[in-house]
Amino acid sequence: MGLDDIFTASVFASAIRLATPYIFAALGETFAQRSGVLNLGVDGIMLMGAFTGFYAVFSAQQAGAMSEPVSLVFGVLVALIIGALMGLAMAFVSVTLKAKQGISGIGVYLFGLGLSELLFQQWVGTPKSVSGFPRLNFPVLTDLPVLGEILFHHNLLVYVAFALVPISAYVLNNTTFGLMIRAVGQNPEAADAMGVNVTRVRYATTTIGGMLAGLAGASLSIALINLFQQNLTAGQGFIAVALVYFGGWRPWAVAAGALLFSFVNALQLQIKVIGADIPSEFAVMAPYVITIIALVFAAKRQEQPTALTRPYERGE
Amino acid sequence: MAEAAKIASSLLPTGHQRINQLEMVGIVKRFPGVLAADKIDFNVKAGEIHALLGENGAGKSTLMKMLYGLYHPDEGQIRINGVKTIIRSPQDAIQRGIGMIHQHFMLVPSLTVAENIALGMKSSRGLRLDLDVVSRRVLELSEIYNLKVDPGLPIWQLAVGEQQRVEILRALYKGAALLILDEPTAVLTPQEVDGLFRILKQLADDGHGLVFISHKLHEVLEISHRVTVLRDGRRVNSIPTSEATRPKLAEMMVGRPVLLEYEKNPPDPREQRLALEGVSALSNRGTVGLDGVSLSLRGGEIVGVAGVSGNGQQELAQCISGLRQVTAGSVEVDGIDVTNAHPSKLHAIGLSYIPEERMIDGVIKEFSVAENYVLQDHAHPKFTTARIFMLFHKIREACRQAIDAFEIKTPSTETLVKSLSGGNIQKLVLARELSRDPGVLIAAQPTRGVDIGATEYIHQRLLQERDKGTAILLISEDLDEIRALSDRIAVMYEGQIVGEVENKDVDIEQLGLLMTGGG
Repeated sequence: MGLDDIFTASVFASAIRLATPYIFAALGETFAQRSGVLNLGVDGIMLMGAFTGFYAVFSAQQAGAMSEPVSLVFGVLVALIIGALMGLAMAFVSVTLKAKQGISGIGVYLFGLGLSELLFQQWVGTPKSVSGFPRLNFPVLTDLPVLGEILFHHNLLVYVAFALVPISAYVLNNTTFGLMIRAVGQNPEAADAMGVNVTRVRYATTTIGGMLAGLAGASLSIALINLFQQNLTAGQGFIAVALVYFGGWRPWAVAAGALLFSFVNALQLQIKVIGADIPSEFAVMAPYVITIIALVFAAKRQEQPTALTRPYERGE
Repeated sequence: MAEAAKIASSLLPTGHQRINQLEMVGIVKRFPGVLAADKIDFNVKAGEIHALLGENGAGKSTLMKMLYGLYHPDEGQIRINGVKTIIRSPQDAIQRGIGMIHQHFMLVPSLTVAENIALGMKSSRGLRLDLDVVSRRVLELSEIYNLKVDPGLPIWQLAVGEQQRVEILRALYKGAALLILDEPTAVLTPQEVDGLFRILKQLADDGHGLVFISHKLHEVLEISHRVTVLRDGRRVNSIPTSEATRPKLAEMMVGRPVLLEYEKNPPDPREQRLALEGVSALSNRGTVGLDGVSLSLRGGEIVGVAGVSGNGQQELAQCISGLRQVTAGSVEVDGIDVTNAHPSKLHAIGLSYIPEERMIDGVIKEFSVAENYVLQDHAHPKFTTARIFMLFHKIREACRQAIDAFEIKTPSTETLVKSLSGGNIQKLVLARELSRDPGVLIAAQPTRGVDIGATEYIHQRLLQERDKGTAILLISEDLDEIRALSDRIAVMYEGQIVGEVENKDVDIEQLGLLMTGGG
């Protein structure tokens, strides 16, 4: 067994696919945290997005009411809406009611975990699969050796996720909205004094974060795995939160972190497949261990939102 | 100057009206349990610098926050050029030509000057930021008003005086015809204050109205045309500055005659109590905080440490009181090496510390007055049985005596400290630290945010301690305080002591020069 067996094109391709939900969720969380809201409920929102997106596609396809592509778009829309609603709920609790964000986030997580499981048991029962987003084929590009498999043979949501990276960076750095987000996360008092509506900005970012978390969930249930089961995400939302810190609140670095994490993950899967003589528990732990080590060494950066987790209150 | 104003207004993003006269009539504002503003009348005209004078909690900031839309009056009217106006939000105030320079600068440290100015404004490119356009206009405006700044620099790289210029530029940029300045000199060196006053005079000459909030009498006398004095949420009087004197203003502020100059006994320095030898330490950010500081302090003298905020004063106090790691050098109290000793050991050998952040390091605000009074001595044999079981009646008794001795205004020994005023909390801290009859007292910013009456009292107590033979290190950013109390003055700049002078031989300009490293 040589390195050639481990670093195959398919490992790189699967790293890119596996990164998709992390990128969606972590970019959304980046928006929220940049404005000062730490949403620890990402995983719960992902689960609800995953289930509702899956269920929408599943019912539509069962009933034959829609063509397959339309049912998938419908599923994505449902996941976005459910994600937005849960983001709004998080915003209401932590911005309007000024609850401790760590606790309210855990609440949102447990709510999403429990409700997705309950609805799944009531409405579906046993894991069933749907036909999800198909892998795309590009003329010429997909047939390229090695690169074709790595870059040009993924489903649509993979490309959407990667396209969101530059878009997020642009929005944060080059738009008036982005400036307001950064200001609100660093010094809400100053933003308020300059006529920026702190509450509205934080609602907006937390809702965007919720939508992207919902989409992250759907990317699992209707694009990557194409089924739903209890606790489908298995804590991916928490990793996404960690990736935001790892990337220092910058979209490009956050996405790079997601890729690194997924790459290690893909590697350990590959090592298992080829039957290397490493206890599988260690292999499974590897991505998490590497994340923790990377977090420890990720220096505190200028972009760190100093008002993170701090509710804003006007007054003396 | 009128020409300059015309050019300036042609640069403004939107047309703003001139504010010839702004009136606040019968303004009432209630907070839970407090009447913060009680039928206050106030007005300011174009071209005028109107000083708003009062103690902390007199209602100055509250009144101005209502003008800036941060609070809303419960009763009364605001009229701009005779027209009744309701100001709902800061945005609203900005649109009506009112700008405010807050005491704590409202700037985002990680953002650049241009980004801070663009914040909350419409971009000429819709959703996209137009920082290049903003930067150009900022440079044009800074040319006109002589307010030099580099629009591309992040705020955290600017000195405090520069940050204030950014605040003023931003207000002008947004078309402010009326500028409210909330204690603008609190953080400045004497030279920077001079610079600020030149700018303010120029702005007034240009037809801007200015409200200058302060509690420093000599500044008010120097810069303003009219003075309004507030006390306990009421307007005491408004008079032309030409008719005002320091004692008169002080009496209006406090409600009784106040001692402004202290009778000081001639210094009687005794044996050396505290000695620092080449002490170095890191700052919170990991940079050099203290750089080889040597200092000695004898019993019966007050040594003042002057300097602009953030030049190592905080680190100095913490190194002596055992709250910060000393990386080089030594600290001795009464000949005993206490370098990096635990605070409890320092207490035991007679060192007391009045910390700069009294609400954070000085008291536990959810604890009662009595509990705070025995924070260090709670296990002292006189307050406990077997050093374990606290004797609350003895604690209360001792605390009651301190309350009487230090004139602390509190309903009882069981009142929570957070409901006391700043001055009374500081008196409590002072009472506690002096109760142990210290040989060395480190007093960091002992009267910051404290009203004149309590300040006067604390100063007198410090002088009494000095005469009793205590060695006192007075760390303060308030030069008036340093001048009033110190026998010797050490000036700190960038973590070093750059000058040490006898108080009687030095004038304020020299001190200011040392404070900016130009000694």
